[in-house]
Amino acid sequence: MIEMTDVNVRFGQREVLRGVTLSLPERRVGVIGANGSGKSTFARLVNGLALPSSGDVTVLGLDTRRHAARIRRRVGFLFSDPDAQIVMPTVAEDVAFSLRRKKLSREEVDGRVRGVLTRYGLAEHADHPAHHLSGGQKQLLALCSVLVLEPDILIMDEPTTLLDLRHSRQVADLLRSMPQQVVVVTHDLALLEDFDRVLVLDEGRIVADAEPEAAIDHYRKIMS
Amino acid sequence: MNGLTGAYVPGGSFLHRLPAGVKLLGLAVSCTALLLSPPVGLAGAVAVVALLYAVSGVGVAAAWAQIRPVRWFAVALFGVQFLLVDLPGAVSSTLRVVLAVALAGLVTLTTRTAAMMAFLERCLAPARFLGVDPFRLSLLLSLTLRSVPVVAGLATRVREAQRARGTERSLRAFAVPLVVSALRHADTLGEALSARGLDD
Repeated sequence: MIEMTDVNVRFGQREVLRGVTLSLPERRVGVIGANGSGKSTFARLVNGLALPSSGDVTVLGLDTRRHAARIRRRVGFLFSDPDAQIVMPTVAEDVAFSLRRKKLSREEVDGRVRGVLTRYGLAEHADHPAHHLSGGQKQLLALCSVLVLEPDILIMDEPTTLLDLRHSRQVADLLRSMPQQVVVVTHDLALLEDFDRVLVLDEGRIVADAEPEAAIDHYRKIMS
Repeated sequence: MNGLTGAYVPGGSFLHRLPAGVKLLGLAVSCTALLLSPPVGLAGAVAVVALLYAVSGVGVAAAWAQIRPVRWFAVALFGVQFLLVDLPGAVSSTLRVVLAVALAGLVTLTTRTAAMMAFLERCLAPARFLGVDPFRLSLLLSLTLRSVPVVAGLATRVREAQRARGTERSLRAFAVPLVVSALRHADTLGEALSARGLDD
């Protein structure tokens, strides 16, 4: 459960988000809006990467200002550029890096890493350098490194931007099958078709908040 | 670039199974031995290194990739030594360098970065008393390795953009966007590390 109360975010003089109040109990939430409308900041608010200038953000019952570290342990974040998010030189090592604080035995770590890589079709690349993967495979690797921690909430910032049709379909299927709550910031409107709720941001305000069809219609109108 | 980051060749040879610490120690000992060995001993060393490569099963291409970066240096060294000393001297000093590089390459080919990092972390453990976190040091090294291909990729992209705009001769048109994108990458990387729970 994600709750925001009268949230404002300012970067210097610029107001990035204005007066956002909402609660998100739905399992599939999409966020759309023009470039610079505050979508990325909205996503970063949820795991405490960005903090509100005023107002409160509560995630899983915890205030992001005071408990950012605890929240991040339960909220996974997927960036649009996987290169920034892969920190270890090889595929399996990067997934194992996520587990380093879990105090698991080496067998346990190897088992979980192999499990998640097999599920997402990267098992044969386990020992390859991350930079030998294609863009789509890198995004899958970044996703594996997040999902191996079994987060309660998953935030994705434009996850399909760099993906071809097959890989973005794979991500869409994944979104459908995941038990977690998922918040997706995207320009890929087709991805949101069967979502429970879609928010439209415009110049830092929420201008529409509805079922996908109605929200996307509104977005098309303000963009034309 | 690949010699540094893409080097590990998966395998099950006894060299792969040796602990990273033993291999690094062995490398230090054998390089010292190479330096001190008489020219006759070097012939034996060539045979031993060739045998080790054969046992490791990494393949000829991977072996050549280790030597390739120093090939021109080896040629120059041979030439200078041949002019200044004599033929046997030139042969033996060139062999020493090439064999040392080949051995070091063999260690990287058969050791996972994670194993190397874990070993370094253990060696750096005493640094804890100086207030240095060994985990952070080894993370720094991993990130350095990871950044080599990323920055090389950025450079390629900048060069392509330059070529598209016909400004490939301008150093500034290359350096400025490269530095800007490297800094931007550093920012996102920092965010990603926070998101992955590094600063708790």
